[in-house]
Amino acid sequence: MTAQAATTPIQSIVLVAIASFIGSFGALFLKSGAGKLHMGMRYLIFNRRLILGVALFCASSLAYVVGVRRGELSVLYPLVSLSYIWTLLWSVIFLKERLTKNKCLGLALIVAGIILIGLGKG
Amino acid sequence: MPKKALSRRQSVGLVFLCTLLGAAGQVLIKTGAKASAVGAPWTTLSGIWANLWAMATSPNLIGGYMLYGLMTVVFVFALRDEELSLLYPIISLTYVWVAALSVWLFGETVNLPKFLGIMVIVAGVAVLGRDGER
Repeated sequence: MTAQAATTPIQSIVLVAIASFIGSFGALFLKSGAGKLHMGMRYLIFNRRLILGVALFCASSLAYVVGVRRGELSVLYPLVSLSYIWTLLWSVIFLKERLTKNKCLGLALIVAGIILIGLGKG
Repeated sequence: MPKKALSRRQSVGLVFLCTLLGAAGQVLIKTGAKASAVGAPWTTLSGIWANLWAMATSPNLIGGYMLYGLMTVVFVFALRDEELSLLYPIISLTYVWVAALSVWLFGETVNLPKFLGIMVIVAGVAVLGRDGER
């Protein structure tokens, strides 16, 4: 168990990054689908956006599980924070939310943290 | 379902519980992912089916995602009486537990860049969470 976990293959990193990317679209569709809930609770079921959001979360989980088969969890799990970056991008581009100084600072810190973990990976 | 509003301390305690559930879930997902790696190819239909079946029937994976479900329910309860901007930054503690558990259970090493990286991410998530109410 220990010997295999000592290094993290690039394939694992790419798969977890893809998982975070797909998952961020899941969040986007959940958010836009949730807006329809104001029109009544039956929109919880008959709601293509919510269904697509959940489906994307499932696809994201699948990529994540395949990604963490090999490699260090202490490297791969923090990579999930990439999803904050994608989600912020989509919320600015598609949902027209405002990009504040605070958000930019948080984003910069997360990017810096991911780079540091990349430098420390086995 | 408790009718009485939770105190701030209780809400924070529940979110703390969420971080432990999340970290335990990650450990189960990691071990389940490894156990369900049956070596089937992703290029044939039967291979894809064998891969998906191994994952869907892995006790650790099922347990890990059940913990995630439980965590979500507990988080929603905590959110009921307290602001997201206070509670969300606490969630990033999960990164710290996962790193500690990876060292303890999987014999991974956390060197200086990794340690700093995790701390900087925790700070980043805290800063993002703080933005919520504005």
